Amino acid sequence: MRTRKSFFLIPYLIWIALFVVLPILLIIWYSFTNSANQFTLQNYITFFTNGTFLMMTVNSFWYAFLITLITLIISYPAAYALTRVKNQQFWLMLIIIPTWINLLLKAYAFIGLLGGQGALNQVLRLIGIGPVNMLFTNTAFILVATYIEIPFMLLPIYNALCEINPAVIEASKDLGASKWQTFRYVILPMAWSGVESGIQVVFIPSLSLFMLTRLIGGNRVITLGSAIEEYFMTTMNWNLGSTIGVILIVMMIGTMLLTSQRKR
Amino acid sequence: MKRRISHLYLGTVLILLYIPIFYLIMFSFSKGQSMNYFHGFTWEHYQTLFSDNRFIGIFLDTIMLALLSSLIATVVGTMGAIAISEAKNKKEERIYLAINNILIVSPDVIIGASFLIFFTAIGLHLGFISVLLSHVAFSIPIVVLMVLPKLKEMDRTLVDAARDLGANNYQVFDQVVIPAILPGILSGFFMALTYSLDDFAVTFFVTGNGFTTLSVEIYSRARQGIDLEVNALSAIIFLVVLVLVFIYYFLSIKKSKKHRIGGLIK
Repeated sequence: MRTRKSFFLIPYLIWIALFVVLPILLIIWYSFTNSANQFTLQNYITFFTNGTFLMMTVNSFWYAFLITLITLIISYPAAYALTRVKNQQFWLMLIIIPTWINLLLKAYAFIGLLGGQGALNQVLRLIGIGPVNMLFTNTAFILVATYIEIPFMLLPIYNALCEINPAVIEASKDLGASKWQTFRYVILPMAWSGVESGIQVVFIPSLSLFMLTRLIGGNRVITLGSAIEEYFMTTMNWNLGSTIGVILIVMMIGTMLLTSQRKR
Repeated sequence: MKRRISHLYLGTVLILLYIPIFYLIMFSFSKGQSMNYFHGFTWEHYQTLFSDNRFIGIFLDTIMLALLSSLIATVVGTMGAIAISEAKNKKEERIYLAINNILIVSPDVIIGASFLIFFTAIGLHLGFISVLLSHVAFSIPIVVLMVLPKLKEMDRTLVDAARDLGANNYQVFDQVVIPAILPGILSGFFMALTYSLDDFAVTFFVTGNGFTTLSVEIYSRARQGIDLEVNALSAIIFLVVLVLVFIYYFLSIKKSKKHRIGGLIK
C-alpha cells in the first residue's frame, strides 16, 4: 500500500512544490530585494511613505466594498424572489449563462453601451439629459464590475435560502411575527452563511480586476491589481510589483479571516 | 414578496444581465464600424472573421491549449485526489486541502505575477510551454475538488472484494476505482477545460510575444477600440454556450427529479 500511495502522491507533491509554494516564496523574496538582488526594505518603505500607493490601497478597498455592497443589494432580493417562483432551475440557468461569456467580451460590450454616442447616452438624450461622459470613469468601472459579479453573489445566497426549512418560517408566522420580523429574525440569520460566501467570492476578485480598469476605467492605475500589472508588464519593476502583491495577499487573508469568523 | 413582484424583479435583473450580451450580438450584424447606430444587416464581419488566418490560428491554439492542459491537470489532479483520500487522518487531509485551495482563492494577478517570476527564475522561455504549465497548475486544484467527493462516496468494501477475488493493484485501480470515480474525473476535466478557455489574467502575464490565446487577443483588440469582428466572435461563443448549457439542463432534468444546475456557475 505504501508504494502505491507515494506513486499517486509524487506528481501532486511536485505540483505543490513548484506551483504553490515556490511562487509564493519567490514573490516574497522579490519584495524584499532590489534589482541587484540585495536584501532591502526599501520597497516597503516606498509603499508606505508614498501618498499615491496609500491612496490606491484605500481606493481598492473602497471600490471593492462598493462593488460588493451594490451587488449584494441587487442580488439578495433577486435570490429571494428566485425561491418564490416556479421552474427555479430554469430561471437559475438563465442567470448562470452570462457567467459563461468571457469577462472581456462583457467589458467590451460596455465600451459600446457607455460611449459618447452609445445606447445609454441615446436613451439619456431622449429624456433630455445631454450626453454624459461615462466611459473611462471610476463609476463605469464600478458599474461593469457589479454587472459581472451579480450571478456570483446571487447563487450562494439562493442556495442558503433554499436550505431554510419552510416549517421554520411558518412557525414564525404562527407565533405572530410580522413579515419584517420573520425576515429580520428568521430568514436573514439563517441565510447569513450564503451572504458571507457571496461577499468572499465578490470582494477578493474585485481587488484585482486590472483588465476592467484598463478597458473601462480609462487606462489608469487606480487599484492594487492594476498597480501590480503596471509594475510587472510596463514599468518592469518586479520588486516593487511583488511588494504590492505581498500586501494584497496579506489584505486578502485578513478579509477571509474577517468574513469567516462567525462560523467558529 | 408576492409572486408577481418576484417575477417582475427577477425579470428586470435578467434583462439587465442580457442587455450587454444582446447589444454585442446585434451589432455583429451591423454594417459600419461602430456600436452606436445599426446601419443595416450584413454577414460581413463573420466573413472577415472566418477568412482571418491569424485569428483561426489563435482559435485552434486556444482549443489545443485547453484540451492539453485539462488532460494533464486531470491526470495529476486525480492522482492527487486518490493520494489525499488515503491520508492517514483528518488532520493530514485538512492540510492537503488547505494547500490545494491556495491557487483557487488567489487573485489571478498574483498567480500570474508569481508564475512569471518563477518561469524567469528557471530560465524558461515565455510562450506556449509557460502558458501550458500555468493552465495545468491552476486547473489541478479544481480537478482534485471534483474527484475527491466521488472517492469518499465510493464503497471501500468494493476494493476489498476485488482483492479477495485476486485482483492486483493495477486491476483494482483500473476496474474498480476508476469506474467508480469516472463522473468526478469527467466533470473535473470539463471544469478545467472551461477555466483554461476563460482565463485571461494569468495567460496575459506568462505569455511572451509569440503565443496568444483568444482572451488575450480580445483584450488587445478591445484596447484599440471597437472592432465588430469581436462582436461576431461573441455571437458565436454565446451560441456555443447556449447549446452546451441547454444540453446539460435537459440531461440533468431527465436524470433526476431533484436536479441542481448551480454547480455550473463559472
